[in-house]
Amino acid sequence: MSYLEYTVTRVPTGPSKVLYVNWALVLLLCAVASVGFLMLYSVAGGNLERWAEPQMKRFALGLFVMFVVAFVPIWFWRNMAALAYGLSVLLLVAVELFGEVGMGAQRWIDLGVIRLQPSELMKIALVMMLAAYYDWLDINKVSRPLYVLMPAVLILIPTALVLKQPDLGTAILLLAGGGIVMFLAGVHWLYFAVILGAGVGAVSAVLSSRGTEWQLLKDYQFRRIDTFLDPDTDPLGAGYHITQSKIALGSGGWSGRGFMQGTQSRLNFLPEKHTDFIFTTLAEEFGFLGAVSLLALYVLIVVFCVSAALKNKDRFSSLLTLGVAATFFLYFVVNMSMVMGLMPVVGVPLPLVSYGGSAMLVLMVGFGLVQSAHIHRPRGR
Amino acid sequence: MKRSSRDNDESGRRISRRMMVLGGAQAVMAVALALRMRHLQVTEADTYRMLAEENRINIRLIPPIRGMVYDRAGHVVAENEQNYRIVVVREDAGDVEETLARLTRLVPLDEETIERAMREINRHSPFVPVTVADRLHWDDVARVAVNAPALPGISPEVGLSRHYPLGPDFAHLVGYVGPVSESDLAQIETPDPLLRIPRFQIGKTGVEAKYEDRLRGKAGTRRIEVNAAGRVIRELDRIEGQPGSDLQLTVDAGLQNFVQARLGEESAAVVVMDVERGDLLALASSPSFDPNLFVRGISVADYRVLTDTPYRPLSNKTVQGAYPPGSTFKMITALAALEDGVITPEETVWCPGHLTLGTRRFHCWKRGGHGHVNLIASVEQSCDVYYYDIGQRVGIDKIAEMARKFGLGEVFDLPLSAVGAGLVPDRAWKRARRGEEWRVGDTLNASIGQGYVLSTPLQLAVMSARLATGRAVVPRLVKSIDGVEQPSGAGEPLDVNPANLARIRRSMDAVVNSRRGTAYGSRVVAAEMAMAGKTGTSQVRNITAAERAAGVFRNEDLPWERRDHALFVAYAPVETPKIAVSVVVEHGGGGSAAAAPIARDVTLRALHGDVPPLSAYPDRQRWEIEERLRKLRLRDPGTAPSSGRSRA
Repeated sequence: MSYLEYTVTRVPTGPSKVLYVNWALVLLLCAVASVGFLMLYSVAGGNLERWAEPQMKRFALGLFVMFVVAFVPIWFWRNMAALAYGLSVLLLVAVELFGEVGMGAQRWIDLGVIRLQPSELMKIALVMMLAAYYDWLDINKVSRPLYVLMPAVLILIPTALVLKQPDLGTAILLLAGGGIVMFLAGVHWLYFAVILGAGVGAVSAVLSSRGTEWQLLKDYQFRRIDTFLDPDTDPLGAGYHITQSKIALGSGGWSGRGFMQGTQSRLNFLPEKHTDFIFTTLAEEFGFLGAVSLLALYVLIVVFCVSAALKNKDRFSSLLTLGVAATFFLYFVVNMSMVMGLMPVVGVPLPLVSYGGSAMLVLMVGFGLVQSAHIHRPRGR
Repeated sequence: MKRSSRDNDESGRRISRRMMVLGGAQAVMAVALALRMRHLQVTEADTYRMLAEENRINIRLIPPIRGMVYDRAGHVVAENEQNYRIVVVREDAGDVEETLARLTRLVPLDEETIERAMREINRHSPFVPVTVADRLHWDDVARVAVNAPALPGISPEVGLSRHYPLGPDFAHLVGYVGPVSESDLAQIETPDPLLRIPRFQIGKTGVEAKYEDRLRGKAGTRRIEVNAAGRVIRELDRIEGQPGSDLQLTVDAGLQNFVQARLGEESAAVVVMDVERGDLLALASSPSFDPNLFVRGISVADYRVLTDTPYRPLSNKTVQGAYPPGSTFKMITALAALEDGVITPEETVWCPGHLTLGTRRFHCWKRGGHGHVNLIASVEQSCDVYYYDIGQRVGIDKIAEMARKFGLGEVFDLPLSAVGAGLVPDRAWKRARRGEEWRVGDTLNASIGQGYVLSTPLQLAVMSARLATGRAVVPRLVKSIDGVEQPSGAGEPLDVNPANLARIRRSMDAVVNSRRGTAYGSRVVAAEMAMAGKTGTSQVRNITAAERAAGVFRNEDLPWERRDHALFVAYAPVETPKIAVSVVVEHGGGGSAAAAPIARDVTLRALHGDVPPLSAYPDRQRWEIEERLRKLRLRDPGTAPSSGRSRA
């Protein structure tokens, strides 16, 4: 890059950064979060304090964090990538050793102020780490075996730790999110073909391990797979979630049963209606129109991120933005697929809508990074 | 330069290319999600809407009120009485044990009841009402209601349960209801959902069982919204059911009561029938039992008392009992012979006291014989040899045909449990069932109503009604359903020569009203209520030659179960018959001594409409009769304790 080029491009500094924030994206995030508040208010039976209000506070905190992250130059975050990744791995190990057991899985670490879920943190840290790695790597070496192995290990370490908790949903998200960043970075097709083939082999290995001494998944995970494959076998037992969730969705019809009128959620037929299954309440009360609208909002967020990323000139910014967008995409695709009976129930929340702190905060940090890349992009005068 | 990142056009292009591929995949996934939503929410919406409604809405049945049963005068025979119970709801009760302890101070409840209630309370969700005590007295319920503030979560409830105000009088006839059992359900192909209600009561025997479908009525429904835990949120709507039909029986409760009382503890059966329309005016089987015991759930001890006695109180002997008709069958044999022309009414038969057939000797009941006997005398004095002779001449098949004409061997379509067929034997029957040829000796036995011949008291009453009217009267038990009169039992004229029938009737008149008649002692002196009939004494054992030689066949010397059955069939008044009566006293001894007096009392009660007037009895018997009638414990059906506040 010549000096001349440098002089015609500049990076916003100081308070002027506010002007360069991707405000449309912020607006979209607020819109999705508002849908969440509305639904949390509804599933609480018109109670604001129960879920909606804490969620609002968290989102407000998330917005604040997002702006803080956004105003810090993107190259600072690139330099922090390895640290964030290392810290997240350490936290995952710590959770393994000292973590609280919640919902049958070791997932939380209590920091006193906030109960942290390191696996959530890892989703962003991993994307940062990989983006930084490919930023560092010579573009021509990307497909060399050694340089493919290194990011693969970077992905597999946290995935294995999360799987051990066990948290199948997050493990899938990490694996897929990491894989997508590698794919975007230009790793050769063949690697993915081989991995995919190996994946199929692994799935069959997992399934065939059932009932043996070296069983790779816990019984409840196997049961979830069973009931996914055929929820009708046990409609009142393990298949209950999927069956009831599909009933709620379907009964919404074209335009829904009306705000706070969903009988499935109102009468407690829906499981975890304020967390993983909140989409069903939305679909029940606002119907196909409501559900598709939320899907459209999500897709729009991804599209905004992608279009921003394609304007980014440096590899770190591009890959980071696309990685965050891909992670976000995976979140809602997996959640919606699972409540609609397209995937086993793996415990992935609906991003920005499901009740819960860690996931939202981490996502907002991710969008902060996206904004930071956007703001600190060199622009022509 | 602040930035050290590699800004590389080649890298940017590569990322863009890969992003196109990924974006394409993502778009496919997003579209797939949207299509899935469309499938679930638009295409399949109706299905899932229905499933959601099924989830949310429970349909509860409202049990219909069971139909009432009345006698022919409108007296209540079966009704529904209010039944008070106390229920507790755990979530309202707070400290359940303390509350129940307070309850026991008001209502006497034993330890076991409380323990069972506690178990049930803890098993159910906290909002489910659990019955603590059932069938309580009104006073207890009132005490609980007054003390309601001290008894949180406890409330009295009222339900309906079956009650039979006339108690044992109609036990065999109307039967009783009881909770549906598994075997009941197994017998029905598509059970009414009502039957699935715990402790729902259905007819178990008698009219209650046979008219179950009409008496039960149709269930109403109540649609209620429930949540996932089953708690009722609200009632959406209700459709009232249809109460069961009310039945009116042909039976006269007063007469029925009189008959039951008259039979006392005797093991006996009496049928009183209107000869015009076939209405069964009384259908009494003795001893009886209290059907209300079964409604409440009879105790093992009480049940054993009923099953352990040879008097078989649970059996309805009027239709289930099968007895050799004995001499009451002689009219059939005589009529068959007259119709066939093998004898004339005046023709006499010489009775030396027995008839010899090959090496066997068939005895007449009178050892010395009756001498020359014609038709009238043979019935009047019940000469056996006369019937051996004419029976042999006419043959069993003609006799059997005549018997069937008069209702013997026929299963009448009455709403009673296990209506028996009796047995009218003939050649074909013996070949088919026994694989043996019919012998002349069989004919001799059959011609005096012994041997294979069996009849129910109902069939005997039908026989005398048909003899009295010459029409094929059919018995009926249900007069009307919901006020709709049921078809009457007045039948077509029988294909029998009326002159021959008149001769038989004259001979039956002689049995009671002629000085030499076997039932002369049971005559009625009031001409307008005079009775005609026929005695019967049927052996339940064979008298061995040794016994005959030793002279041991005095009934009184035998154990009860080997004594003869005493029978009597009658119709009255003689000139214009209104009623037909049959009486069977199991192991009662002679028909003239044990059965005829009962038949007379019953006939008089039926014709007079009240306790028989002493003036209808012969002078010399009056003080004895008066004594007997005075001892009868009768009840007026109109003042029966039908309000049903009786305590369980």
